[in-house]
Order: sequence, then C-alpha cells, then structure tokens
Amino acid sequence: MLVRILVLLYLVGAPALAQTLCQPNASNGYRVRISIKTALGNQAYEWNENEMFLFQATMAFAMRRYYKTETYNVDNIIVCNQTRRVSFWFVVISPENPTMLIPKADVEKAVSALTTRLPCRPMSNSMSRHRINNAFLLTDRTLEFLGIHPTLAEPVNPDTPPWLIVFGVVIGAVFAGIIALLVSSLLQKRRKEKGMMEDGQDEEDRQMKGVENGINLDGIYNRGFTDDDRFTKL
Amino acid sequence: LVKILPNLGLGDRIPSHQELERMEKEEAGDRPKWDNKTQYMLTCVGFCVGLGNVWRFPYLCQSHGGGAFMIPFLILLVLEGIPLLHLEFAIGQRLRSGSVGVWTAINPYLTGVGIASLLVSFLVGMYYNTIIAWVMWYFFNSFQNPLPWSQCPVNANLTDLVSECTRSSPVDYFWYRDTLNTSTSIGDSGGLQWWMVLCLLCAWLLLYVCCLRGIATTGKAVYVTSTLPYVVLTIFLIRGLTLKGSLDGIKFLFTPDLNELMNPSTWLDAGAQVFYSFSLAFGGLISFSSYNSVHNNCEQDAVIISIINGFTSVYSATVIYSIIGFRATERFDDCLEGNILALLNAFNLAEGSIKEGNYAESLQNLNGTFPETIQSLDLKTCDLQTFLSQGVEGTGLAFIVFTEAITKMPVSPLWSILFFIMLFCLGLSTMFGSIEGTVVPLQDLNIFPKRWPKEAITGIVCLVSFVIALIFAQSSGNYWLALFDSFAGSIPLLVIAFCEMIAVVYIYGIDRFNKDIEFMIGHKPNLFWQVTWRFVSPLIVLVIFVFYFVTKVSSNVTYIAWNPSSEDFPTLEVLEYPAWIYVIIFILAGVPSLVVPGTAIFKLIRRCCSNKNVYGAEVDTVSAKVQMFTTKMS
Repeated sequence: MLVRILVLLYLVGAPALAQTLCQPNASNGYRVRISIKTALGNQAYEWNENEMFLFQATMAFAMRRYYKTETYNVDNIIVCNQTRRVSFWFVVISPENPTMLIPKADVEKAVSALTTRLPCRPMSNSMSRHRINNAFLLTDRTLEFLGIHPTLAEPVNPDTPPWLIVFGVVIGAVFAGIIALLVSSLLQKRRKEKGMMEDGQDEEDRQMKGVENGINLDGIYNRGFTDDDRFTKL
Repeated sequence: LVKILPNLGLGDRIPSHQELERMEKEEAGDRPKWDNKTQYMLTCVGFCVGLGNVWRFPYLCQSHGGGAFMIPFLILLVLEGIPLLHLEFAIGQRLRSGSVGVWTAINPYLTGVGIASLLVSFLVGMYYNTIIAWVMWYFFNSFQNPLPWSQCPVNANLTDLVSECTRSSPVDYFWYRDTLNTSTSIGDSGGLQWWMVLCLLCAWLLLYVCCLRGIATTGKAVYVTSTLPYVVLTIFLIRGLTLKGSLDGIKFLFTPDLNELMNPSTWLDAGAQVFYSFSLAFGGLISFSSYNSVHNNCEQDAVIISIINGFTSVYSATVIYSIIGFRATERFDDCLEGNILALLNAFNLAEGSIKEGNYAESLQNLNGTFPETIQSLDLKTCDLQTFLSQGVEGTGLAFIVFTEAITKMPVSPLWSILFFIMLFCLGLSTMFGSIEGTVVPLQDLNIFPKRWPKEAITGIVCLVSFVIALIFAQSSGNYWLALFDSFAGSIPLLVIAFCEMIAVVYIYGIDRFNKDIEFMIGHKPNLFWQVTWRFVSPLIVLVIFVFYFVTKVSSNVTYIAWNPSSEDFPTLEVLEYPAWIYVIIFILAGVPSLVVPGTAIFKLIRRCCSNKNVYGAEVDTVSAKVQMFTTKMS
C-alpha cells in the first residue's frame, strides 16, 4: 500500500518536481529562441510537439557527446514556458539523480562549438552546436541559446594574400610590355640608321659610276623633261 | 570692334596658310599623327570623360535639385564648355603645337600660360594616378569570395570582431584601415605603407607602358580604355534595374526641385563641373588637336565631344543612383527587420505577426500599452529618404558606398572586378591627356636635350611623379590628396582658361582666328561662337574664379579626418590645417597662377637687359616645324 502511494506520488510528483526545476530565469537554465520563418522563409515548418521532442533529443545527444560516461535521455531535458515567438526555457537534469540540475557552465560546454561560418570539418567533439543547428536547418543566428555566444571562427590566412598574386600577374605583364616596346623602338631606330647609311652608299656609287663611264656627267640633269610622257597626251 | 593689343612679328612666328597647305601635302614626317579619326575622338572623349563624371556629377545632381540641375548644367555646357573646347581644338590645329608652343607663338610673353598648364598637368597627374593606384588595390582585392570588405575581421585574441570595424562598418574599416591605414591628422605622416607603394608603382608603370611612344601607343590603348567604361556602365544599368529599390534611387536623383535654381551656388557648381569635366586648360587637348590634319572639322568635333561628355555624365548618374537606390533599400529593410525582431523578442510575439506593412500600426499599439519597454529597446528610425540622401561623392562614393552595395549583390566579386576596371579605364584615359600636357611642353621648352627620345622623357616624368607621389602612400596620404585636389586642380585652371581666351580673342585677334577657322573648315564661325568667345565664356570663367577665390580665402580651411578615438566616431572629424600647410597651398595654387605674369616679367627684364629682339623666333619648339628667322640684333 505504502509502496503504491509512493509510486503514485513519484509518478505524479516527478513531473511536478521537474516542472518546478524548470522555470524562467532559472539559474541553471538557458533560454532558447528559434526563428524558423527568418531562416527558411517559405519553406518554414511548424513548430510543434514533435519538433520539441527533436530538440530534447538533440540536447540529450549533445550532453552524451560531451559527458561520455553518462547516458542522457530525452526525459533529462526539461522544457517550459513556451511562447508564440517560439522561445522556451530548458534545464538539464542528471540521469542518475533527477533532482540535480546540471550546472549552466557544463551545459554551455556541451552546446558550444565552432560556428557554422566555415564549411563543416569532421573534427573533435566540439561540433555539437553545428549538429544541433543542422538538425533544425537553422543557423547560430536563428537558433539562439541566449547567453551562449558562438565562438568566432579562426580567420583563414592563406600563405600569399590573393591580391599579391593578381598584382604579380599584372606587373609581370606590364614589365613584359615595357621591355617589348623599348626593344622594338631600339630595333626600329637601328634599322632606320642602317637604311640611311645604305642610301648614302648608293649616292656615292652613282657618282662613281658617272665618272667611270668616262663621260663627264658633272652637269645638272635637267628634270624638266622626265615626266614628259606622263603629261603630254594631247 | 574689338581692340587688339599690339602683337609684333606674329606672322613670323606662326606658319601661314600656304605653309600649312604645303606641310599638309608633304606630310612632314617628324610630327606624330593620328592613325585615324576614331583614335583622336576616342582619346579626346577618354580625356574628358573621367572619374568626375561618375562620382562628382551624380552627387551635384542629387544635391542641387535633381532633374532641375540639368537646366543650369546644359545651359553652361553650351555657353561655357563647347566654346572653350572649340577654341582649344582650333588653336591647336592651327598652330600645330603643344600648349607652350601655341602660346609662345601667339606672343612670347605668354609662354607663362603654357608653363602654368605644364605645372597643373604635372601636379594633377600626380594625385590622379594615386587614385588609380587605390582603384587597382581594390581591383586586386576583388579576386576573392567573400570580398574582404564584406565582413569585419576578428581581433587578435579571437574573442570578438575588431572594435574600430564594429563601431563604423566593414567597408569604412577596409577603406580607412586596410587600404589607407590613415593617421589621425595631416601632420602625422605615419610612414610609407608598402602595399600602397606597390600599387602606386604598378599604376605608374602601367601608365608608362601606355604612354611610352606618345600617341602611337596611347592611340591603341584608347580603343579599350575609352570604350570599356560604357560597356560596364550598361552592364551595371541592366543589373541595377533588376535589383529591388533601384527605381527609387533613379526617381530620387531626377525628382526636380525648381527652387534650387534660385540658389546661386547651384549655377556656380554647375559651371565649375562643366569646366573641370572638360579637362580644359591642361594643354592636353591643344596637343592632341595639333596632331590632326589642318582641314579637320574641329567645330564638329567640339560639339560631338561635348554632347558625349554631357550624355556620359547623365548616364553614369542614372547607373550610380540605381545602385544607390538598391543599397538604400537594403539598408532600410535591414533597419526595419532589426526593429521588428527587437519587438518580437521583447514581447514574445509570433514570427510574421509584425511585417513591414503593419509595422507602424503595431509599434503605435505597443507603445500605447508598454511605453517603457519600447523606450528601453532603443529602436532606430528607418527612413528611406535619409538612406538615399547619404549620397556621397568622390572616393567615399566609389570605395565606401558603392563597394557596400556590391557586397549585397549576388556574385559580388564579378561586379567588383567590373566596377574597378571601369574606374581604372576612366582614370587611365584621363592620365593620357595629363601626361601629354606634361611631356610635350617639356620638349618644347628644351628642358631635355633634343636627341633624347620621347621614351626617355616620358620615363623621367613618370619616375619623378612616382617619387613625389609617394607622399600619398603615407598614412596621411589621403589628406594630402584632398589638399592637392582642392588647390592644385581648381584655381590655376580657371586662371589659365581665362588667359587662354583673352590671348586668342584679344592678343591673337579674333578676326585672324575667324579667318583661320574659315581656312581650316571652310566656313566662318557663326554668331554663337563670336558672342561666346568674346564675352560670355570669359565672363562665366571670371565669375566662377572670383567666387572660388573669395570662398577659399574667406573661409577657414579645414579638412576631415578619420579618428577612431574622436567623440563622434564614425563621423569624420573636422580639423584645421596646421600653419605650414599654407606654404604648400601657395605652391599648389599660387605658383602655377603666378607663373603666367611671372614669365612675362622675366622675359621683359631679360629683353631690357640684353637688348635683343624678342619677337624673333627665339623659341624653336620641337613640336612645331616652322621656318624661323634668326634673332636680329637691333
């Protein structure tokens, strides 16, 4: 009889006890705020009991990953004070001792992970936040644990800054252009000089020829009649 | 009748019409020539159309009454821009010489006008190419996704974003810190920034490779640099019109406010914009025109180029403001979204219960019932008009506002690359004219030995400019550039333009000029040209000059500085220039202006002392092959 009363009390009291453990502004609880419409727009899903169950399950999953020794269950995640905003408070109770709340700091450690800014890298156990977000198709901004700041991604520092590469290409092309133009200018000048020298040589040859033929061609050649054929068509 | 000042020996110094015909037929080989008319037109269009069309005109248009600004702009374009352009083209084509050669031929005492043009081209070229260096830096940085100015960097401890960035914005931070690494005042030089030096080097080398052989190389380069901006503008227009909010921007730009026409500063700004936009008084246009054949129709060219310039200004204003409209709408939406989220979070309302449509109503209801909560939320006022009128000009527009807009577009790196290629081409084609206006007068003045090839002289000019332009690569470089922009490129140009008109109309003689034009293009210039050349254009330039001079002299000369530790950060701090800057201002604005009378006085003194006949051909300019008399001892 006593056992039955105790069992009844336990069955009734436990949830009630659990409810008292979870309160808004609880010292060991976190508030979660979910913005599905902002994240997914037209493809937003309804937030209902099933989604809440999934949340409890993922939280239990996160706790299990972090505290490998203890097996957490969905019952260990207690949720209360849901609003239309879709925000609620949750606390985590220890699987062994239902009255004991897991401290805030431990819950934070279990949840925190790299932010979703970088593409997923299969790494250590600090990936829980990423997995939680993915389960709901949300991001750090739309699935907020108020009080837990997402840790910032380490900046990706490539060995050579990309701008230096482009700069190298451009300046290489420019140098090539300058050298090409200067060299071609130089060659052009040399060809001109050579051409002029050859013309000078021709002049000398012609003069020599005049004398060699024996006839004195010192007189001025009268150009007045050179173009005769062209003009006199009358 | 116009009284012409006595001008002895003019006929000896300039080629006569018969000599011009002869030179035209024989095609004197030494003087450079355009390969075809297209090259000439593209070069002139490129010189005139520059960064000012893209980032100065849209701002002026929007701040002076939108569509109404077109009225003073077009009126002054016709009364001031076209006559001055025609004048420079005609005198260059007639006298077949660069700026020093032309003014010396008109009267040896006017050499100062040419030298002033040389100095202004040199000083303006220096800082203009630095802007191109900045454009190249942004271009180099556009080849990554996400763009470096789209998000704030993380600080050294990896605990939070850099505070200077979070307090201002990622684009501001990238411009003032990553690009310029700006100091807090002009006196604090802060040393050379190595990445800026590299970009500056690249800019000058690129300019050198294009100007190496004068118009032989620039004539080829302009096929790309003068046409590509129009292609990019069209692409941006199409892209812009498909973005949300672009039509708001265009409407905002062109909504006329006719009251602005009563405001004298509207007309003065329009006049100044027309004047600077045409790149007059640099000497480059005279030089380019002198490579034409004698019978080229310079009147038609002047009108066509003016129309193209005006059209480009309006077109680019449309494009810019479509993108600014998009950015303003994005900002407005973000602001509103932030407010709505704050309300939803504070009152635990369901998502979607407050939307843009019922925001004002909901806010009123909530304010009625929970005023203290609303107060504590500290909601921002979101006004689209405010965001639209954040229209900035100059480097702020290109490197802050527009880059921010680009980060919000899909495939941002592509748009960034296109935008900065366009700015680069606009700037480079203007630099061609600037280099021409520097190198040719140097050759005319025989500063360098004649047998030195053009490549060497251009190289020296580029090298010296690069070394001096290293001031702009310091931390305080931005402030120095603003200084150069305000003083080197404003007052001296107005002085030179005024002197040019007086020289041609009253010293060379408007009658002789009219006959020259009749000889060149076949008909005398009509009444419009006569009236504008003699009275209207000089008057307009004089009025603008007086206004500028009085404003600059009477006001406290201040500049704006980026100071993270100032109270109003991120608003720029207004500082006064230190006393020693006034010396620099005098060098920039005063020296080129004073060179005009100074050279005349110098020559007068020299003539009195040496008793030689100055009116003979003592200027044997390289750029004009004319039979000259030797100096006669009187």
